Amino acid sequence: MRTTIILKTASNYLLPVLLVFSVFILLRGHYLPGGGFVGGLIAAIAFILHAFANGLPNTKELLVIHPGFLIPVGLSISFLSGLAPVLFTDMPFMTGLWSHDPVAILGYVGSALFFDIGVYLVVVGVTLTIIFTISESA
Amino acid sequence: MEVLLALMIGILYATGIYMMLRRSLVKLIIGIILLGNGANLLIFFLGRITKGAPPIIPGDAKVFSEAFADPVPQALILTAIVISFGLQSFAIVLVKRAHTVVRTDDLDEMNATDEDS
Amino acid sequence: MTQQIILYPLYLQIAISVILMFAWFKISFQKVFSVIGSFISVGLAGWLFYEVWVNGTLTVQAGNWEAPFGITFVADTLAVTLVLLTAIAGLAVSIFSAGSVLRDRLRFGYFPIFHFLLLGLNGAFLTGDIFNLYVWFEIIIISSFVLITIGGEKAQLEGAVKYFTLNILASMIFLTAIAVLYGLTGSLNMADLAGKVAAIENRGLVEITGILFLIGFGIKAGVFPLYFWLPASYHTPPFAVSAIFGGLLTKVGVYALLRVFTLIFSGDAFLNKILIIIAILTLISGGIGALVQNNMRKVFSYLIICHIGYMIAGLGMLTEIAIAGAIFYLIHDIVVKTNLFMLSGVVYRIKGTNSMRQLGDIYAKWPKISLLLFIPLFSLVGIPPLSGFWPKINLIKAGFAQGSYITVAAIIFASFITLVIIAKLWAEVFWKKGEELPFRKHFGYFDKMTTFKRWQFVFPVALLSIVSLYIGFGAEHIQELSARIAAELMNTEGYINTVLNTAK
Repeated sequence: MRTTIILKTASNYLLPVLLVFSVFILLRGHYLPGGGFVGGLIAAIAFILHAFANGLPNTKELLVIHPGFLIPVGLSISFLSGLAPVLFTDMPFMTGLWSHDPVAILGYVGSALFFDIGVYLVVVGVTLTIIFTISESA
Repeated sequence: MEVLLALMIGILYATGIYMMLRRSLVKLIIGIILLGNGANLLIFFLGRITKGAPPIIPGDAKVFSEAFADPVPQALILTAIVISFGLQSFAIVLVKRAHTVVRTDDLDEMNATDEDS
Repeated sequence: MTQQIILYPLYLQIAISVILMFAWFKISFQKVFSVIGSFISVGLAGWLFYEVWVNGTLTVQAGNWEAPFGITFVADTLAVTLVLLTAIAGLAVSIFSAGSVLRDRLRFGYFPIFHFLLLGLNGAFLTGDIFNLYVWFEIIIISSFVLITIGGEKAQLEGAVKYFTLNILASMIFLTAIAVLYGLTGSLNMADLAGKVAAIENRGLVEITGILFLIGFGIKAGVFPLYFWLPASYHTPPFAVSAIFGGLLTKVGVYALLRVFTLIFSGDAFLNKILIIIAILTLISGGIGALVQNNMRKVFSYLIICHIGYMIAGLGMLTEIAIAGAIFYLIHDIVVKTNLFMLSGVVYRIKGTNSMRQLGDIYAKWPKISLLLFIPLFSLVGIPPLSGFWPKINLIKAGFAQGSYITVAAIIFASFITLVIIAKLWAEVFWKKGEELPFRKHFGYFDKMTTFKRWQFVFPVALLSIVSLYIGFGAEHIQELSARIAAELMNTEGYINTVLNTAK
């Protein structure tokens, strides 16, 4: 596959920037528009851009694990964060549990944050699996 | 504004269903996408179009102080978008698989399921 | 809090499917774990059923948000009965899948997706929020798309395209209906909607919304003009998949119709008239469709459609006894239809085909298995002590009480046509002298299997046959249960007060 040198060079720098931006969006979703789904999509786009510029095998090497593995990991994080109030405080499923004191940078940390992290991982996993499957069989 | 949106939704539904009625599989996917967008826009529209602040309580307050947009339709649309994202990507993969196996794009030629066996 | 147990079946199914996903390629582990998990889910569902039977309707507010604003999960008697039946059918199909589905298919995550499907079914039965119901429906259909395409044979993919298109259309119409309903009332909680919809002055708008729901759920349930996807797709996937589809997926549509048209759009004469007409046409067209088919699974597919008509007829008559009949039929139908598709799987393994013209001699070679298969087949017809007989009495009684003789005639016609079809099927498949079929080299014939493998085929069929014998011979218990459910559905105050917490 032939790609321009500009895209190839830019994608190497864009990948870390986009990943940091996706984490920023994930954490911003705490109080403002943003969150796990959008953040996950941005992270997936970072890898897809890399795959466009450098070819799929290189991106897979970069990822180390198969993105499909992120789906059960993310699902279990989200599920356990929803289950936490049931297990610890006898409140209904997905009741928000919040820390008493704010943590540096993040602000108040709660079970919602872990739910969002789970969503983030699932979205990255699902999107990359779909795109990789489609482009591999093309 | 309302009239414009209502017309838009009508056009999206009509074109979506028209595309789904075509025999080509690719047009079927386009139809599904158009129909999904129409449905999302309809939820947005029926949640009433208000000129208000986004439904986010500022950090130094406990309740809304001014008029705000209804957050429920937005949450519904977000959910519906996520779901249709999944369905559409599945549709694309399915159509691709079906095309490589059946070697046709024409729904009328997909009649192996009607054979008398 | 005892209410917490409402969600236990959901937790269990999520946990099972996540653990199975981690063990994506360990097929043997997946088989064992899925069966054990399904056993536990029957236990949990039984516990939930017992709690609701003793204490009455339970509710839990997800996220601890109060009723009309948050998502409510409601376990009334109808919901827990269906959760219990889902668990039983799920157990049977899980064992049957472990025996019958090919290893190549299991490698693509068959079991995790199967448990996701069960999760969606349980969620749809337990939720009390109309948009949440939509989300559970989507979980169900996405899982079912994967299950129907797994393996990727030609007929399977063609069936999947048809199944996919019409189910997506149904979801879109359902979503449109929710949008209109939200625009009318500004609420999504079904108990809250019941009061708000009743207060709307413009009945025309309410009827249109009702029709949108009817079309959306009707496609999923497979009622008269909307069922064409069903016989085009249900005979293509593996037998275990058809079993769970035939047993439960159309019944979710019926459940949604029952819920929405008793709670939200109750007592609207126009909608009831339409429901009755649809029911009659479904009974007749499904029956006639089944009569001319030759493939066993296609016959059963048309019989699914035909028998959906009974439940819709009960819903359309909307008296307590008619609803009780519909509920009783629903309970009987889930068990028997799941069993019938597994039965066709057993027959396929014995002879290597499902074509009724070529089959034969099964009674001569396998008399014990034939007698076992006799039970689901004739339970379906409803030869008196067996389970299909009792609900029809309720329905016919309700029909006479209302003077709707055409409905009664259609019900009797459908029963007779079912009898004819099953008698023909019994004669062709079990009694007739069959053709000598060419021997297939790489096919796992039933007589070449190990005893353990054979039991994986026979045990689930036997399990569900025992359940249907219980429904037939213990009809008094099921009748009591159906009458209680019907009373709850007809007097919605109890449901509404429990959900909105206004009674206390």
